[in-house]
Amino acid sequence: MARPQTIEDQTHGRAWRSLLRRPASPGDRLFQGTTLLAALSLLGLLLAMAAYLFYVAWPSIARFGVRFLTGSTWDPVKEVFGALPAIYGTLLTSALAMLVAVPVSLGVAIFLAELSPRWLRAPASFLVEMLAAIPSVVLGLWGLFVMAPVLYPLEKWLASSLGFVPLFRGPVFGGVNFLAGGLILSIMALPIITAVVRDAILTVPAAQREAMLALGATRWEAISQAVLPYARSGIVAASILGLGRAVGETMAVTMVVGNGYRLTARLFAPGNTMASKIATQFNEASGLEINALVELALVLFAVALVVNLAGRLLVRWTVARAAGGGQ
Amino acid sequence: MVAMERLDRSERAAGHSGPCIVADGLNAWYGHVQALRNISMSILAKRVTAVIGPSGCGKSTFIRCLNRMHEVARGTRVSGKVLLDGEDIYAAGVDPVRVRRRVGMVFQKPNPFPTMTVFDNVAAGLKLNGLRAPGGLGERVERALRQAALWDEVKDKLKQGGAALSGGQQQRLCIARALAVEPEVLLMDEPCSALDPIATARIEDLIRELADRYTIVIVTHNMQQAARVSDMTGFFLMAHDRAGELIEYGETQQVFTNPKDEQTEAYITGRFG
Repeated sequence: MARPQTIEDQTHGRAWRSLLRRPASPGDRLFQGTTLLAALSLLGLLLAMAAYLFYVAWPSIARFGVRFLTGSTWDPVKEVFGALPAIYGTLLTSALAMLVAVPVSLGVAIFLAELSPRWLRAPASFLVEMLAAIPSVVLGLWGLFVMAPVLYPLEKWLASSLGFVPLFRGPVFGGVNFLAGGLILSIMALPIITAVVRDAILTVPAAQREAMLALGATRWEAISQAVLPYARSGIVAASILGLGRAVGETMAVTMVVGNGYRLTARLFAPGNTMASKIATQFNEASGLEINALVELALVLFAVALVVNLAGRLLVRWTVARAAGGGQ
Repeated sequence: MVAMERLDRSERAAGHSGPCIVADGLNAWYGHVQALRNISMSILAKRVTAVIGPSGCGKSTFIRCLNRMHEVARGTRVSGKVLLDGEDIYAAGVDPVRVRRRVGMVFQKPNPFPTMTVFDNVAAGLKLNGLRAPGGLGERVERALRQAALWDEVKDKLKQGGAALSGGQQQRLCIARALAVEPEVLLMDEPCSALDPIATARIEDLIRELADRYTIVIVTHNMQQAARVSDMTGFFLMAHDRAGELIEYGETQQVFTNPKDEQTEAYITGRFG
């Protein structure tokens, strides 16, 4: 019996191979090499930064250990440094910012993608994106001289009428406090969240919207029950991007958060965030305080990393639920 | 067997059943392009009406005008009348939402809601405002799934995602979803065009069963399918300016075996399209 023919027999062996295997061109290799180098250098920079922060922070880490994270005094004279109020301030102002920015952005994005008349869509989108172009320090000035004075009477009224709620307890000093910090951050997070949510909504297939409309849904029902659920991983991703912005933001929040250093639930108390603490202290710091500030930077670095990782996992989880479905 | 069924069907078609939807001088536009011109057509209650014709002849546009879905896209316009049980759905003050609750629709590609379970997909229309049934949601979902001949296949998967089903099952899920709100009319826009032959056969059987209870209008580019499932057939064709016109409308058997218009005959015998 004839032995079964292999592909090489049928195609005359080497000739077949040489047709498919083109020698790699030097240009391709060069291109591959440079892009790889660029990617690696970015990774290297990140690691070098983390390593250097760790190195400079080491005296503080060795001295305070976990007490750095749990302590709530920052006393350069006695050289006692605890970061908890700053960590708390960052989390509180970021949470406030999300609480305000996510619903507002959703509303704006829904309007831009679904409801706005066509002539208004482009200019309105442009305006929202321009908001992201305002320099942080300008927004901070606006917050200090316009927003805070407007908020002040409102805060006094809230403190006197709802003061029994810990969040709203007085005293109120001049409107520079956690609440102002959170609101400024919400303004800064708004454009990015809006833009990403709008794009997510625009990618929802028309068939999804029409399926809901054909069941006798109103426009709002079609948006809330078909469009938004379909776009939810994009909405989560947008919120995480906004949160990342809020956690790391420095200048504007420093100008309006009030520079207190207390662990309190009172929104009207002057506070601090990790970033603003670093920004206000580093100029006059010396000795161990420098090491402590760098350790604070390291913690901020870690918190930002955790927020981003958590965000990514959340997005993957919502996507998996959407695709695989169900339980 | 087949002959018997055919006879039975044409008898039913000949029997007296009133018109359910009447299009009267219907025109439709996308922007400045006219897609339908002067369509007048009476669709009989509890019959299957097939709309056939070559691509671009406006057959999908036509059925989208029957539940006011045409106007969902930007820049579209309709003129003329569509009477649903004698009432013009394009009259001033008519709420398209109410029209769509009475005239359901199944789309070309299966489009279940991917974030919802099988159960929630079917219940989606029932949970909308004004339709909320306080009790018996489970019963109505089961009834809709049984009507769509899907219950036995999904009764153990009700909590799974609707997107996890096969293409044919997804389309029957979409049919169940449309039936759950108990419409009078079911519009089907090439419901089998994305499905394999076996899934297609199941849906065709289903369409015949549903014709006992519902008025069905099905758009198809598959003439065998039109001949198999429908009682009445309308043949659409593009005029020179690309606007769709109704060329011939009659009982399916007559349209396919003895067409009155020579263009219909040319299309049916495969000379164009």
